[in-house]
Amino acid sequence: MGILDFLRASRSQNSASAAKERLQIVVTHERIRRNAPDYLPMLQRELVEVIRKYVDIDQDQVSVNLEREGDYGVLELNIVLPDLPDRPQA
Amino acid sequence: MAEIIVVTSGKGGVGKTTTSANFAMGLAQRGHRTVVIDFDVGLRNLDLVLGCERRVVYDFVNVIHGEATLKQALIRDKRNDHLHVLPASQTRDKEALTVEGVGQVLEALASDFDYIICDSPAGIEHGAVTALYYADRALVVTNPEVSSVRDSDRILGILAAKSRRAIEGGEPVREHLVLTRYSPQRVQRGEMLSVGDVGEILGIPLLGVIPESPAVLQASNEGVPVVLDEGSDAGHAYRDLVGRFLGEERAHRFIEVERKGLLGRLLGR
Repeated sequence: MGILDFLRASRSQNSASAAKERLQIVVTHERIRRNAPDYLPMLQRELVEVIRKYVDIDQDQVSVNLEREGDYGVLELNIVLPDLPDRPQA
Repeated sequence: MAEIIVVTSGKGGVGKTTTSANFAMGLAQRGHRTVVIDFDVGLRNLDLVLGCERRVVYDFVNVIHGEATLKQALIRDKRNDHLHVLPASQTRDKEALTVEGVGQVLEALASDFDYIICDSPAGIEHGAVTALYYADRALVVTNPEVSSVRDSDRILGILAAKSRRAIEGGEPVREHLVLTRYSPQRVQRGEMLSVGDVGEILGIPLLGVIPESPAVLQASNEGVPVVLDEGSDAGHAYRDLVGRFLGEERAHRFIEVERKGLLGRLLGR
C-alpha cells in the first residue's frame, strides 16, 4: 500500500467495513422474516381479537415472534396491556 | 437434455445482460450448443449487447403466442455457430410471458441445445420470477455495493421459494455468485466490499469476479462480447468463469492489486 493510499484509507475510516456490518444486520433480519411461517400474521390478528374481549388493546400492542433454536422453535408472545387501575389500598 | 441457467440479480444495472451475453458466448466457444433468451419484455437489450439487433424479426412472445416458429425467431450468431439468441419483445406488456408458455418453449429448445441461458429482467416481480422458474442453476450477479448485495439476497430467497425446484420439492437450484465491477484497488483502500465480504454475507459459492474494466463498455459499444477480446482482463475473467462452470479448477484472478514498482507503490498509483 502506498503512502497516499494509507492516508486516504485512514481518512475514509474504512467505509467498506461499515457497509459489511450494516448489510449483515439487515440481511439477517430479512432472512428471519422470510423464513417465518405465513400463519404468523393471522395468529397475531386472532390473538388480538381474543384479548380484546377482556382488555382494550390495539393491533400493535401484540407482537408474535418465532425463533428457531436448533431443531425446535420458540413462539414468543409480547402483549402490552394498557394502564391498569390502581389497586385498592388496604 | 439441456441445462437451464438463469442470470439474475434483483437490482438493475449490475451486469445481468453483459454476463448473460459473455457466459453464453463463452459456452459456445467451448463447443456447447447454447441459446440465450432475453426475458426483459419491453426493454430488449441482449440483442444490442450481442450485436444482432438488426437481425431481429420475431421474438420470444411471438413464439409463445404461436405467431412465429422457434426456428423463425432464433438468431444464429455470425461469429459462433453454436450460439443462438431468442430476443425479447419490445412492445408487449410485461404479463405476456406465462409460466406455461415459457415452459413449452424451453421444452422445445431442450432437445437441440446443451445450455439454455435465461437473462432475467431486474426486480422481483412477474418477469423475474418467470425467468428463474425453470432454472437448474442460477448465476447471481452482484456488485460490491450495499443495495446490490441486499437485492441479491432477496433473489436467493425467491429462488428458494418460487422456483419449480422449490415448489416441486426437488434438488434446490444450484446458486453461483458472480461479482462484477470489482476494483481491487478500492478494496485495498477500504472503500469497497471485498469478494470475501460479499461471499460471507450471501453464503453462496463464488463462480467468478469480473474486474471493473473499460473493455466492458467498449465491447457493448461495438456489440462484441468482451469474452471475444483476447487481450482484456474482463475477457479473461469471463473465460475463467465459464471454465469453472464446466467444472475446471481455475484460480481466481483480478482480485488482488497488481504488484507495482517502488515508485508506483510510494505514490500509490
